[in-house]
Amino acid sequence: MQWDIVIGLEIHVQLATKTKIFSGSSTAFGAEPNTQANAVDLAMPGTLPVPNEQAFRYAVMFGLATNAEIGRRSVFERKNYFYPDLPKGYQTTQLAQPIVGPGHVDIDLSDGSTKRVRIHHAHLEEDAGKSLHEDYHGMSGIDLNRAGTPLIEVVTEPDMNSAEEAVAFAKKLHSLVTSLGICDGDMSQGSMRFDVNISLKPKGSDTLGTRTETKNLNSFRFMEQAIAHEVERQMDILEDGGEIIQETRLYNGDRDESRSMRSKEEANDYRYFPCPDLLPVEIDDNFIEEARARLPELPDARRARFKEQYGLNDYDAGILSADAKLAGFFEETVEHGKDAKLASNWVQGEFSARLNAEEKSVAEAPITGAQLGALVTRIADNTLSSSGAKKVFEALWTGENDNVDAIIDTKGLKQVSDSGALEAMVDEVLAGMPDQVAQFQGEEDPKKRKKMLGGFMGPLMKASKGQGNPKLFNEILLRKLGG
Amino acid sequence: MSISREDIEKVAVLARIKVDDEQVSALEKDLGNILDLVDQLSAADTDAVEPMAHPLDAVQRLRADEVTETNQREAFQAIAPATEDGLYLVPKVID
Repeated sequence: MQWDIVIGLEIHVQLATKTKIFSGSSTAFGAEPNTQANAVDLAMPGTLPVPNEQAFRYAVMFGLATNAEIGRRSVFERKNYFYPDLPKGYQTTQLAQPIVGPGHVDIDLSDGSTKRVRIHHAHLEEDAGKSLHEDYHGMSGIDLNRAGTPLIEVVTEPDMNSAEEAVAFAKKLHSLVTSLGICDGDMSQGSMRFDVNISLKPKGSDTLGTRTETKNLNSFRFMEQAIAHEVERQMDILEDGGEIIQETRLYNGDRDESRSMRSKEEANDYRYFPCPDLLPVEIDDNFIEEARARLPELPDARRARFKEQYGLNDYDAGILSADAKLAGFFEETVEHGKDAKLASNWVQGEFSARLNAEEKSVAEAPITGAQLGALVTRIADNTLSSSGAKKVFEALWTGENDNVDAIIDTKGLKQVSDSGALEAMVDEVLAGMPDQVAQFQGEEDPKKRKKMLGGFMGPLMKASKGQGNPKLFNEILLRKLGG
Repeated sequence: MSISREDIEKVAVLARIKVDDEQVSALEKDLGNILDLVDQLSAADTDAVEPMAHPLDAVQRLRADEVTETNQREAFQAIAPATEDGLYLVPKVID
């Protein structure tokens, strides 16, 4: 049987405010446990929440960037449940009147097509603390530094029909919120967390199947794997004549396994009601227009500009424009390196590969765009060969030296492009290899000739101590050998 | 409107309140009376009335995004039943 896959996403985005949503406690990551958890965050009796204006501004910016209606009047509600990392016994969130109403985001797919994914709404809420289940004498440890960190929860319509589309949407959203500067996008620290709702229906059917929710995926790769895993699990059950149970599941990416967390029957009854501690928040035109004025260049516009301004193709422009920090790094590289195509190759190639290998973000890179730009300049003007350039890159990355020209000097990497000097070396090498010269000149097959030509390059590079310009060597060789 | 024993038991679990059988019988009567009162309110025609989010006719004031709190962990943990390594300790919970 053929099945249609139906996917909707709920995404928690931590807002990059300095303080919490309802208190003046710092939200800086990595502080000692509970040093940023104060009276309001701890739910001490007699405390009252006061909402953070910046959290509303960021939510409104998100709404404007996703073509959404802004909730002029938004209301906080209490979502009641008991868990030790939630000291109040309820999460303050929004339900019926969220700050961001229906909107949409367009995603690009690998077949070149574009698809519109509708956003049902996005609401403001507070994050919970963290529970540490390591053994504290049979007890759990609670760190409430994260409690009260502002989140927007983005809820999509079930508009995605494959893991590829869901991941493309997730990446687009990541690109949007980091470009807006409203979230640091650091998924390893939980700045964005994805819940995936999945159901299957017979191909072409209009009736949605029973869905499951897989919670708390914190990387694009795990999200893709979790969707593949869940689709296969549901398909197996349905094809064996079974029924899908509506439930919440947890996915273990390291083992590619999932297990049921709770089923609908035991689902929490949250007993939402309007929070009496908070008045309705009204957003006026001034506030919205001021937020609009703060909108930076968004990824789609940046992509178009990269094509126009730097002559990049669609693929390169897409990759370099998606991440605001990578885009900034690329532009700094071009500014100092002139050659946009070369800069694009180095930023996407050596630079990105090295970040991935060391699991670093662009912000953590040990080199600057200006340094990479200086390196690109020296490749473009033929001072460096590609192997020499890699050595310079290595020295920059390891911090051995921070100046490209100084590295070239101390390591003697300057490529010899003086044709007189190179010609003398070619003469000398050819004179020492008469047999190979005769063999080359007697060979008719162009493929074999090309290969034999390579046989002269080794000795030439050796004669030039690796500094001869290979391109010029090649030209001179062909001329001398007649061909 | 009346309320069933099952409803009372469920609400008690959600609220983490322990009630024994005798109390459930008493609650059945008391809560039933309260719900009957609510039923009388339901008789009023509210079609043209917007649901109220808050009894005060006022809007929320917002706060500037500036750190105003300092670290007072020591004071807060002095009144906690159990702490270690800066963490509050609670009976083991595994979801």
